[in-house]
Amino acid sequence: MSTALLYAWTGVVLCGLGLFGFIAHRHLLRRLLAFNILGSGSFLVLVGLAQDGRGADPATQALILTGIVVAVASTALALVIFRRWYRVSGHSALPEDV
Amino acid sequence: MITPAPLPWVLIVPLAAALATLLASERHRARVALPLVALQWLASFALARQVVVDGPQRHALGGWDAPLGIALVADGLAAGMVALTALVAGACCAYASVYLRDKPIANAYFWPLTWFLWTALNGIWLSGDIFNLYVGLELLGLAAVGLVALAGTATALAAAMRYLLAALLGSLAYLLGVALLYAAYGTLALPDLARVAEPQATTHVALALMTLGLLLKTALFPLHAWLPPAHGGALTPVSALLSALVIKASFYILLRVWLALGSGVAPLAAAHLLGALGAAAVFWGGWMAWRQTQLKQLVAYSTVAQIGYLFLFFPLAFGTSLAAARLAWDGTLLMLVSHALAKAGMFLGAGTLILATGSTQIGQLAGIGRFRPLLLFSFGLAGVSLMGLPPSGGFGAKWLLLHSALASGQWWWLLVLLGGGLLSAAYVFKVFQQSFVEGPKRDRFESRSATLELSALALSLASVVLGLAAHAPLDWLSRGAPFAEAP
Repeated sequence: MSTALLYAWTGVVLCGLGLFGFIAHRHLLRRLLAFNILGSGSFLVLVGLAQDGRGADPATQALILTGIVVAVASTALALVIFRRWYRVSGHSALPEDV
Repeated sequence: MITPAPLPWVLIVPLAAALATLLASERHRARVALPLVALQWLASFALARQVVVDGPQRHALGGWDAPLGIALVADGLAAGMVALTALVAGACCAYASVYLRDKPIANAYFWPLTWFLWTALNGIWLSGDIFNLYVGLELLGLAAVGLVALAGTATALAAAMRYLLAALLGSLAYLLGVALLYAAYGTLALPDLARVAEPQATTHVALALMTLGLLLKTALFPLHAWLPPAHGGALTPVSALLSALVIKASFYILLRVWLALGSGVAPLAAAHLLGALGAAAVFWGGWMAWRQTQLKQLVAYSTVAQIGYLFLFFPLAFGTSLAAARLAWDGTLLMLVSHALAKAGMFLGAGTLILATGSTQIGQLAGIGRFRPLLLFSFGLAGVSLMGLPPSGGFGAKWLLLHSALASGQWWWLLVLLGGGLLSAAYVFKVFQQSFVEGPKRDRFESRSATLELSALALSLASVVLGLAAHAPLDWLSRGAPFAEAP
């Protein structure tokens, strides 16, 4: 197995872990971390699969940089809403999960 | 005189407006934003006119072409959506300028967020590659979640959080699909993908992931649970923007992806499954809407139902004759446009009704039919289009879908069209029944400004007029589109 494919498979495993965490956990902070693992996993799949046997690909790397920026922005927004929700309600999970 | 091409400007103006409103002091943001709406209208309708007159347009941003640069493509459908966005968002901005006057914090942040939303929407309509669509989808999601949270109450924050989680999961599933497609074919541009894609396992998994992510974002039954609290709990102009435009964006991407990859690549069973889920959404959404006691929740569940009709496109257009597919295409586009206009009009009307009675309950509407008839009229006009009564746009759309179902020999979709119409009549008349109750209750209703009533009325009226003159807009929307080559 080539190094690139190893990255891709690691990414698939991370995606699985992230998805499991996202569904299994109720605490919003944990779900947010799980989402970040899921995101990192999909970036690894993208970088691994697209560069397998083709060498470095600037387009892929530009895509992943964009993806990372988007993920950081979403995490920041989620944290702000979570803090506010915690202050207003006193809960660390969504109302249907409390 | 050389006039600049309007295509990049429909993105530059809203992005610049978002930054300008952020830089302005909080009290003056509405005053900065409103003149820019006029500028954006100018750019949007100039683009629509150019596409109608000269045909589809293309623009490589900054002179960089794909794969490193971003290419914008405006065919008839994209330009039509840009114009629709201008109409709906313009009306919502006019409404918000009055509605938010006594809510200083919401008034300060509504404007930059709405302009970001507008940028993201236009970015999605005009994208020609699947990664740019992903970026647009994320920007749209972030702006929409921010707008939902603006209401500031605990319910709204929970709705925003739930919406954000659903949106993030949806866009990651979509991104994984993009990764697989790029790995398999080495291109992101939709036209190239349409040429080279083959029915193999990678394509199927990629298409399944993208479809699943987009279904979650479009809130198709049974993935709709996040929608009613988010759309029903947001501030009224936000509800209108979300229901009319935001969910249409993910449906639009789904449409583009399926048109590029669907025929010959996707299994037909998948198209039929989408249609069946759409049918379930029509019935479940209609039933739930009828059971609501709060006005805006009723309108939000009505969105869940109306989304279902859009998904009838898939079984009617894939694997059927060209004639049936073309009817389905026209019907779906007409449904998309008339629902956007009617639902925005209905949400704005509902918000004004709530302002007038001071209560969110449907039961508190008693007597309003006699004292504020104009207000109820705009709600009712929107209802006419949602029920699909002639001569509204909703009627035309259902008529076309009905003919498409007959032409392709799939009569069972008729039951969905008829049953859904009856259910929507039931929930619209539930509101009317309460409004015309003559009670001892009261004869004074709050009245803020004619702007509120007029912006709701304009949108509802547009959705009805669309049915009277559907031919020309449908012709424009089909410029450069599939199914449109032969007469």
